[in-house]
Amino acid sequence: MRLELKGITKRFGALVANDHIDLVVEPGEIHCLLGENGAGKSTLMNVLYGLYTADEGEILLDGAVQRFTGPGDAMAAGIGMVHQHFMLVPVFTVAENVMLGHEHTRSGGRLDLEAARTQVREISARFGFHVDPDAVVEDLPVGVQQRVEIIKALARDADVLVFDEPTAVLTPQETDELMAIMRQLRDEGAAIVFITHKLREVREVADRITVIRHGKVVGEASPAASDTELASLMVGRAVELTVAKDEPVLRDNALEVEHLQVTGPDGQVLVDDVSFTVRGGEVLVVAGVQGNGQTELTEALVGLQENVTGSIRLDGRELVGRSVRQVLDAGVGFVPEDRNTDGLVGEFTIAENLMLDRADGAPFVRGGSLQLATRDAFAREKVAEFDVRTQGIDTKVGRLSGGNQQKVVLARELSRELRLFVAAQPTRGVDVGSIEFIHKRVVETRDAGVPVVVVSTELDEAVALADRIMVMYRGRVVGIVPSTTPRDVLGLMMAGIAPENTEGDAA
Amino acid sequence: MSSTPTPGSAERRDAGSRHEPESLTDALGHTAPGADPGLTEELQQELARQQPEALAPAPAGDDRWREAAREIFAGRPAVAVGAVVLAVLVGSIMIAFTDEGVQEASSYFFARPGDTFAALGQAIGGAYSALFQGAVYNFRADGFARGIRPLTETLNYATPLIAAGLGVAVAFRSGLFNIGGQGQMLMSAAAAGWVGFGVSGLPLWLHLPLALVAGLAAGAIWAGIAGVLNARTGAHVVIVTIMLNYVALYLLSYLLATPGLLQAPGSANPKTPPMLETAILPRLLGGSYNLHLGFLLALLAVLGSWWLLNRSSTGFALRTVGENPRAARVAGIDVPRATVTAMLLSGALIGLAGATQVLGSVTTGFSSDIDAGIGFDAITVALLGGSSPVGVLWAGLLFGAFKAGGSAMQAGEGIPIEIVLVVQSLIVLFIAAPPLVRAIFRLPQPGARKKVSA
Repeated sequence: MRLELKGITKRFGALVANDHIDLVVEPGEIHCLLGENGAGKSTLMNVLYGLYTADEGEILLDGAVQRFTGPGDAMAAGIGMVHQHFMLVPVFTVAENVMLGHEHTRSGGRLDLEAARTQVREISARFGFHVDPDAVVEDLPVGVQQRVEIIKALARDADVLVFDEPTAVLTPQETDELMAIMRQLRDEGAAIVFITHKLREVREVADRITVIRHGKVVGEASPAASDTELASLMVGRAVELTVAKDEPVLRDNALEVEHLQVTGPDGQVLVDDVSFTVRGGEVLVVAGVQGNGQTELTEALVGLQENVTGSIRLDGRELVGRSVRQVLDAGVGFVPEDRNTDGLVGEFTIAENLMLDRADGAPFVRGGSLQLATRDAFAREKVAEFDVRTQGIDTKVGRLSGGNQQKVVLARELSRELRLFVAAQPTRGVDVGSIEFIHKRVVETRDAGVPVVVVSTELDEAVALADRIMVMYRGRVVGIVPSTTPRDVLGLMMAGIAPENTEGDAA
Repeated sequence: MSSTPTPGSAERRDAGSRHEPESLTDALGHTAPGADPGLTEELQQELARQQPEALAPAPAGDDRWREAAREIFAGRPAVAVGAVVLAVLVGSIMIAFTDEGVQEASSYFFARPGDTFAALGQAIGGAYSALFQGAVYNFRADGFARGIRPLTETLNYATPLIAAGLGVAVAFRSGLFNIGGQGQMLMSAAAAGWVGFGVSGLPLWLHLPLALVAGLAAGAIWAGIAGVLNARTGAHVVIVTIMLNYVALYLLSYLLATPGLLQAPGSANPKTPPMLETAILPRLLGGSYNLHLGFLLALLAVLGSWWLLNRSSTGFALRTVGENPRAARVAGIDVPRATVTAMLLSGALIGLAGATQVLGSVTTGFSSDIDAGIGFDAITVALLGGSSPVGVLWAGLLFGAFKAGGSAMQAGEGIPIEIVLVVQSLIVLFIAAPPLVRAIFRLPQPGARKKVSA
């Protein structure tokens, strides 16, 4: 079946997530949709799958215009989607999951599980999936679970298959197997849309490549294109975002991280043998596509991760194994990635939030009793200093705008005597005025001689703020490079390809 | 869903100018691409970008229940008062239906409708006047001293309700739902009672405090078990406290039925001997009133809880954990420790309720029904009081009045005491449905703030 998207436009208020996107996917073709996180790929696919309704444009299948009001319509029309996060019921068997939503029933509403079993066996045999229809999904490895998703789509006679970042959760071997399956499906005549930001995978399986940036199609590329070409298409030319800062004046104090490894609760290694040093007076930006271990790295620095090995030394003192309280007391300021869930208590006032991590002693607590006068005076001072736009210090933080909320977090963390400052995505969801302010304060902290670690997924911010950039990919350090490194090189590094001559662990 | 803010507001301009170069990266760049779970998040962020004022901490997933529970518990006083008024109104209707006079008069309603209305007025008016006279002041009594007696009874009934209500409120403010009031009361009653009748030869100033402390400690330990299990193993506090209720009930039954433990010597009944004189809470107003020192202790507990929650660093940590445990952890607060602390405090306050029961109200020896349902009424009291100590005080007094007045209503007007229980239950029902109460009384929506632009 031939899929054609014509002039798809999707707006969210003033925000144009998809801007007149045209896309044609022929049967028997793997069409790669390449773009950075947030380029609008997912929005486009959600329009295709009926989860969003396009403001303009139309979807055509074999030349017929489709009107999808929900995923059910899309499925009925022959579109199947393999989601990055599987849509499976863990305690059901494979067969039960496959028939979920279009159950076969016999007389009296009894489930015809046998029909589903047979279907799973047939599809499984056709593609060499080796999936047992009676296995319980939660017992299966991730790669096999994904095959169950594919079987689900195929069981509904999908002719157009959308793979949304399917390799994000797979091991390299599983990725190779998936590639083989995709080729096989293509050879059987399916039209395949493959969404990814990983260049290697693209070049391996794609028949055609469409690159999307900022919601627009910026070009097509042939699979023969080099990684550099693809990366520069994907990342684009520099967007002006400058931060005024002088050359760094390096001091002797330093954060030294050696062979840091963080293991998640499920045994997955999230940060893998990471080593780096940040001297006082410099900003190290940890760049990379979201979800490559940056979050866990910052959490490990503050003592929020459970299974940490290796060493984190701040001015010679070991921080691994210490409680969050002890790490904070060692002089670490931390701006968490998600201020609403981790950084602030929305129902508390600005004043209360400003003392959130200092509720254990002077100056805000004396003899177990809160010093309200001290607290309020401090709050008034900080609200003025950090230009928090609010009616008063008794306003609940949950009612502030994102930028003002972030200023509260920043004010709290920067008003302590710091020996290390860690900020994860400090400008996420923050208006332009506040971004400038936040950047200025980060640079001031650096100039005061504090080692600064900033996590950013935005290349513009990384280049603007950093003295050095450390790129992470799949929990490992791809390389540590100067901030003057060309963007296409950084783009490649974010896709896991290390350039020549970088310091650090070029895995 | 995507109502746009007023054009030209400052936020909008900021957002707009930001959108030119890199809007998409902002709106979408931070979500896991593609997946349905990511989708909601994505949309939320997009909306948040457009309406920065709407950026209240968005409850997602499990937090939704937490959010709903929080709204129910931390209800505004206006909603509480509204719920009481509504419950009384519905109670009136039930009184009207059950009253014999009304039934009789309504059989010839079309002949003489006036009779029906008169009977209605008489039934409802009589019921609530009896309730008032049984709970506050009896006008028919001779002299003030006898007339005021119902009020002292109300205060007496309110004493354990206030103490236990505070316990539930403290736990709730810490994000814990302690429904183990029954078990904690039974254990504290057992401990206080055992010291109260079993330890002899001590003077009042030593014996009474000792018995009280034993009661508080037993309640704290019983609740603390749930706290420790939750902190160490993640066991759910609700389930553990419910189960501990049964453990306490049958443990106490065993103790009461075993000679040499709590059972009164020479008796076959599962009942303790009476408390010794030196362990009994002194009567506040002399022998003719039952009101005892426990009421003052409950008032002190109100003061103490208020200070704890609003003015102490411990309370600050507890409230932080209650509102946002993740932020608490990031802020260096020891969340498991706070959980245990909260349960210990909660159990101690409920223990005060148990101790004042056996040392003040039922001093002639008690059996396994000594909790008298107060452990569960305490949840209602905490709900009605919005989990604030002062609110709990008022709610406890109201429920004390219901208890004291209910029996007077039954005796005086022949209205079944169950009506009072129905009214109590309706109060909870209405509090659990704040939107209903708000709609009926046209109270402002708390969510309305989200639409207000600065």
